[in-house]
Amino acid sequence: MNSVISMAYLFSAVMFILSLGGLSAHETARRGNYYGMVGMAVAIIATVAGITSGAYLPVAIAMGVGAVIGIHLARKVEMAAMPQLVALLHSFVGLAAVLIGWGGYLDPRINLEGAAHIVHNSEIYIGVFIGAITLTGSIVAFGKLQGLISGKPLMLPARHWLNLIALVICVVLGAQFIPADVSNATIINLLVMTGIALLLGIHLIAAIGGADMPVVISMLNSYSGWAAAATGFMLSNDLLIVIGALVGSSGAILSYIMCRGMNRSFISVILGGFGSDGEVAGGDSEVEGEAVATTHDELADDLKAAKNIVIVPGFGMAVAHAQQAVSDLTDKLRKAGKTVRFGIHPVAGRLPGHMNVLLAEANVPYDIVLEMEEINDDFPETDLVLVIGANDTVNPDAVEKPGSPIAGMPVLEVWKAGKVVVLKRSMASGYAGVANPLFYKDNSRMLFGDAKESLQSVLGKMNPA
Amino acid sequence: MIIAIPKETAPGESRVAATPASVKRLQSLGFDVVIEQGAGEGANFPDTEYEQAGAKLCANATDCLSQAGIVLKVQQPNDAELDLIPSGATLVAFLKPAQNEALLKKFADKNINALAVESIPRISRAQKMDALSSMANIAGYRAVIEAAHEFGRFFTGQITAAGKIPPAKVLVIGAGVAGLSAIGTAKSMGAIVRAFDTRPEVREQVESMGAEFLTVEIEEDGSGTGGYAKQMSKEFIDAEMALFREQAKEVDIVITTALIPGKPAPKLWLADMVETMADGSVVVDLAAEMGGNCDFTEADKKVVKSGVTILGYTNLASRAATQSSTLYATNLCHLLTDMTPEKNGEIEINFEDEAIRGATVVKEGEITWPPPPPKISAAPQQKQPEPQIEVEPKPEKKSSPLSLVAFWAVAGLLLLALGKSAPADFVAHFTVFVLSIFIGWQVIWNVSHALHTPLMSVTNAISGIVIIGALLQVGATGSFVVTVMAFIAVLVASINIFGGFFVTHRMLKMFRR
Repeated sequence: MNSVISMAYLFSAVMFILSLGGLSAHETARRGNYYGMVGMAVAIIATVAGITSGAYLPVAIAMGVGAVIGIHLARKVEMAAMPQLVALLHSFVGLAAVLIGWGGYLDPRINLEGAAHIVHNSEIYIGVFIGAITLTGSIVAFGKLQGLISGKPLMLPARHWLNLIALVICVVLGAQFIPADVSNATIINLLVMTGIALLLGIHLIAAIGGADMPVVISMLNSYSGWAAAATGFMLSNDLLIVIGALVGSSGAILSYIMCRGMNRSFISVILGGFGSDGEVAGGDSEVEGEAVATTHDELADDLKAAKNIVIVPGFGMAVAHAQQAVSDLTDKLRKAGKTVRFGIHPVAGRLPGHMNVLLAEANVPYDIVLEMEEINDDFPETDLVLVIGANDTVNPDAVEKPGSPIAGMPVLEVWKAGKVVVLKRSMASGYAGVANPLFYKDNSRMLFGDAKESLQSVLGKMNPA
Repeated sequence: MIIAIPKETAPGESRVAATPASVKRLQSLGFDVVIEQGAGEGANFPDTEYEQAGAKLCANATDCLSQAGIVLKVQQPNDAELDLIPSGATLVAFLKPAQNEALLKKFADKNINALAVESIPRISRAQKMDALSSMANIAGYRAVIEAAHEFGRFFTGQITAAGKIPPAKVLVIGAGVAGLSAIGTAKSMGAIVRAFDTRPEVREQVESMGAEFLTVEIEEDGSGTGGYAKQMSKEFIDAEMALFREQAKEVDIVITTALIPGKPAPKLWLADMVETMADGSVVVDLAAEMGGNCDFTEADKKVVKSGVTILGYTNLASRAATQSSTLYATNLCHLLTDMTPEKNGEIEINFEDEAIRGATVVKEGEITWPPPPPKISAAPQQKQPEPQIEVEPKPEKKSSPLSLVAFWAVAGLLLLALGKSAPADFVAHFTVFVLSIFIGWQVIWNVSHALHTPLMSVTNAISGIVIIGALLQVGATGSFVVTVMAFIAVLVASINIFGGFFVTHRMLKMFRR
């Protein structure tokens, strides 16, 4: 029987790998998702078949309730709120990992000696630790994204030291916990560590600002994977280990991609704040010239005159819920025979690939939505660029000014186009706190106001023609 | 305040400093405009149109200038005109302040404020009033037209029943505004166009106009301040001359536009090059006024040397007087708009304004030329030298073979140590773990960026696999606490599994081609 279950697990592991592989292209992505579902179903059925029959009812209830909640969440979530949902789901994995770790520790059947005992206890300890950080970290990330907690980085004095002390305490406690047998003392030990890890999770994520959330979420994704892997070690379950490793490396790669998109090191993002300790180098970012405002009518005329248009959306588009208006405009322009494409910066939005999902929701065909590298060379041949709620990702200083705080960050070089119209609420600077000389370039025009309203108005003005 | 537009008196000057359209704009700034009869004749603007636009006509210059608060002219005034301009008035015209110290002195003595349009700095903000560029644009265009007029062949190549016509080859030296304009015009007429400039940054502009950019082998940046070129080293000039001698054998038309501010024009097209050129070729020298770029150039004259026609017309813009008057008048309107912030018909010579400061050569009896150097070069590509913070090209991190060996040796030793102490069971799991990380690494890199959000939600669903751990604990351990905890774990993990897969499905459904 055990071998049958193992084979079932092997089958579902393969399914999961195919599932992730399927996401490499739009055409195969949906099939990939089905692979994942099949893999999950097989794994659960195989496991349930092996458990005691007395557990069927509670399992059915728990899964039923979970399924109802999960589907309900997934059904009603707005695409703009995807980052929140993902963060929330991460916290569930964290919670499950903590509970299973504790369960594994309190399991009276386990009676190991020597090295096996030490390994088992270390696995529990690590699993609970990572799970707890994932749990509270994700909840804080959720709160920040949902707007329940301020998106500003929380800057406690000596925060790096606090983190370090927490870590050291956990290591010391672990050194006592791991070799010891189960007793009240070790249970308290594990409890204290869980508490510290929970606090550490809160503090780590609270110190990271809103726009760094793509990195945080992918990092938490990675953590939830490692927590699952640790659980797998504890339970000697290869499937959990495989999946944990897959998810863990997936999250790690995403974090790496996001960091590269911002030209920042992973460490500096994790340690929180921009430009460290909240000081923002604004000194040498004096910008000459004046920003020229434009009007809805003018933009409508510009759009009519332009042949080759690129739209660069940023987080501002998600905030203004302007994606539908953007899509309508795109439709109209495309019907008029113009080339309309989208340029997406890797860190636009609050989640890796956030903009793509928003545009897809609004029915923008995915083959005109391009990545930064794909479109950057085309800007010189572009007549008009519409920048909608993006700022730091289109800042020329990153390329032109070596002393700038964002120097070296890859950006969409929109200023090379014939004309740039920036839709923005105000002249405020972006997340990095750096002035944006793009707004002062000769070929830039600013259109102030809510992006959705502006676009709808422009759309209306284009109608008669 | 009254703006007076006298008729230009300089020989060959057909331009006028205001058009009927600009007269209207000037009035909207609060000014009254008087214009001398016949001022617009040369540029085909009849008096009636000025009158309709609201200007008052004066029979002669004396009447016109007597009340003037501001005098708008094209060319610098001669002594007779100068006498007519009332003291305290402001004059705007091409004044050539660098060569005309005596004239500036006269303005100062008479207490006439003088603005020289050619010294408006070439900064982005002042482009709208940069009359020099407007005129250069026309001069470049006109240079090609004059050349075509003298040239005995087509510009464009054709194959006709009567035989093949080769395209004309045009060489433009100096790719400033005039040069670029000449390139564009010659190109649009079908010629093969080549261009040379000492400033490498103009290469893109030249190529964008459709010309071939010629370079010499020597690396030297000829960019000076204010968008002009500077003088080059001797080696560079030698190489340049060699290049020109080569070109002289081929090209039919040469248009030279090379100027260095405050210096006589550099001699670039030498006697021997002219002799090398085929008979019937044309040289148009736009630098004739500053001595000419060609050895044979004579200002305002057409010279024929060894079969080659050399045109040294100094005032090409005046030969397209309607167009140049329109542009010049608009430039002046912009200048006056900036000088009348209140729009009340009173000007203000504000030295805080870099453009106005640059243009003003005499203010309240004092000569204020030359102005302080412009802050920014007109060429945006040219970075200010900032050697301290220049990004050092980071040497590609190449892991030396030694460190690579060391890394894997350490990793291997650690693995061996782990294998020595850990139980066999753990070793098996660890193997699976490490290999899975590698699989994950390979698979995830292939995921397209646009699908990163679905990737996250699907990995989220998949990490709900921890449910298995909880399932194994429910009811199996005999401990009530563990069962309750496992129950909760199954519940939250199910939320993950169902929620994650479902939302991924929803998202992927939206992606359409």
